[in-house]
Amino acid sequence: MKKKSITEPRTSHTFDAYTNSEIRRAAETGIYDIRGGGSKRNLPNFDDLLFLGASISRYPLEGYRESCNTKVILGDRFSSNPLNLEIPITIAGMSFGALSAQAKEALGRGASLVGTSTTTGDGGMTKEERGHSKQLVYQLLPSRYGMNPDDLRKADAIEIVVGQGAKPGGGGMLLGQKINDRVAEMRTLPKGIDQRSPCRHPDWTGPDDMEIKILELREITGWKVPIFVKVAGSRPYYDVALAAKSGADVVVVDGMQGGTAATQEVFIENVGMPTLACVRPAVRALQELGLHRKVQLIISGGIRNGADVAKALALGADAVSIGSAALIALGDNDPRYQKDYEKLGTTAGSFDDWHEGLDPAGITTQDKKLAKRLDPKLGGRRLANYLNVMTMEAQTIARACGKNDLRNLEPEDLCALTVESAAMAGVPLAGTNWIPGT
Amino acid sequence: MHILDFNKLSLRDINKTLQGSDKNSFFSIRNPKGSHALAVGINKQITVKVVGSVGYYCAGMNKFSDIKVEGSAGPGLGENMMSGNIHVTGDVSQYAGASGHGGSILVEGNASSRCGISMKGVDIIVKGNVGHMSAFMAQKGNLVIFGNAGHALGDSIYEANIYVAGEVASLGADCIEKKMTKKHLSKLENILSNANVSDYNLDTFRRFGSARSLYNFNVDNAKIY
Repeated sequence: MKKKSITEPRTSHTFDAYTNSEIRRAAETGIYDIRGGGSKRNLPNFDDLLFLGASISRYPLEGYRESCNTKVILGDRFSSNPLNLEIPITIAGMSFGALSAQAKEALGRGASLVGTSTTTGDGGMTKEERGHSKQLVYQLLPSRYGMNPDDLRKADAIEIVVGQGAKPGGGGMLLGQKINDRVAEMRTLPKGIDQRSPCRHPDWTGPDDMEIKILELREITGWKVPIFVKVAGSRPYYDVALAAKSGADVVVVDGMQGGTAATQEVFIENVGMPTLACVRPAVRALQELGLHRKVQLIISGGIRNGADVAKALALGADAVSIGSAALIALGDNDPRYQKDYEKLGTTAGSFDDWHEGLDPAGITTQDKKLAKRLDPKLGGRRLANYLNVMTMEAQTIARACGKNDLRNLEPEDLCALTVESAAMAGVPLAGTNWIPGT
Repeated sequence: MHILDFNKLSLRDINKTLQGSDKNSFFSIRNPKGSHALAVGINKQITVKVVGSVGYYCAGMNKFSDIKVEGSAGPGLGENMMSGNIHVTGDVSQYAGASGHGGSILVEGNASSRCGISMKGVDIIVKGNVGHMSAFMAQKGNLVIFGNAGHALGDSIYEANIYVAGEVASLGADCIEKKMTKKHLSKLENILSNANVSDYNLDTFRRFGSARSLYNFNVDNAKIY
């Protein structure tokens, strides 16, 4: 008779359950995993920072009594009509095609209710989002799908997309199952085929070209609307400096927690830098050029709450942008669709096969029945509520630090919980004066 | 005819005048000195003659207008144009007609690399040669080349047509030679006729387009990507 082992079964950290399942999946299908969203790794993030608050050396403001400004102007460097936002939280670019028309409408409604902007995406501008967005940023992307000078002139700002945090240096792929008649027509491609979004713009390559591209866009729009440049968080110091030198009014830096409609899992999890590590190099680039606060900096990628907003602003950003969090506010991954998620082999909270077009919440789909599950008015209200909560949370923190404007928050208001986050954010490790790397 | 002279006016002055002009106006632009972003964003049926060479993005994102450049043009000529016509008497640099949705471009000289990249409905006629990667990811429209084409012609092409009278250095991924049918000969004749091109022999042209084998991702094609 075999003697029973007295030790517990030992699992491997290297070959953990998820890794093993991915190896089996690759062996079975012969293709890499494609999914939506941003990095799911346990990255250093804004949770690793804490505000110090006021005491004797700093004088706090009275909550609910003393005002704390949240307004921000974006793009007043060269444009005659900059964006005037009530709150420093904008809605990031997400395409019609990746999202349903109802979702785009809901984003526009929600953003407009609280006085902020929303952004188009690959595939052009829909009448739903233009109609329901008081301030709409029109993206100029490498694919130029749906790019139309009439829409360009309807926009309140233009965002040249060089890259996004989920896939720095990568293009995109909208799989055929999401290409219905309307999406196909807007993109000038046959229905049902995969639509590849290139990783480079078709008519320029480096920063010298981009400067001329910006000139062209300004000449087309009469120097009225701001020009944003969006870069992935990979080399933020150099990219922000080059974007500013090229004439951008606003630079958007998207860290690797930033979402995508669809790309390879290996790309999402292994290319780019955490959002936390992007802010200070981006700010330093602007400061060294004498352009901090003159060229506004928007930080995006994994922003979830008012504390994240306050921390990004304290590190020197002028505003933040949200994408994945906005979709969650609309109902993405909501537990009320748990049974539907289980039918797709996943769970509420884990669903990320956005590219397959089967989203039970009706957001990342072009299926008419599923899309009808999202009420744009209700969705807009939920998004507005969420944005208001984030703003009030950020104000609460700012007042506690003695600031009457969110943008008066500063690195000196922060400390870090880990050596890594202290180095990335350039703030002292809690209880010390030590900033690693300085 | 209105004369707009770069020796007296700024780029902004000239573009503002063109964009705000009345329908059927005629302009002659003098001393362009290779200026970038000239005659862009025009939304009316006007005629513009540029006497001299221009820089980047000349006639970008235009609708309805007729632009003639008596000289050569820099990169991105007529990028994302929606309709109207562009005629360049000299050579053009990279990305001519990039992402153009409609209208036509006639180049009497040569075009550099990536001519017609991502084109979405524009017709481009090049009387000389085109550089490598021309019609890359071309979605719709027609690229007509009287001379030779560089390497990787039509790489990852979608539904656009390419007509070549000269030699093709090599074809890109998923681009194949296709049968020149009567329908396509007629189409080619119309394209050339609409651009007022008369000195051609239809029999010398070959047609190229998409094999459509890369339209939906297939792991068996991984080596091609």
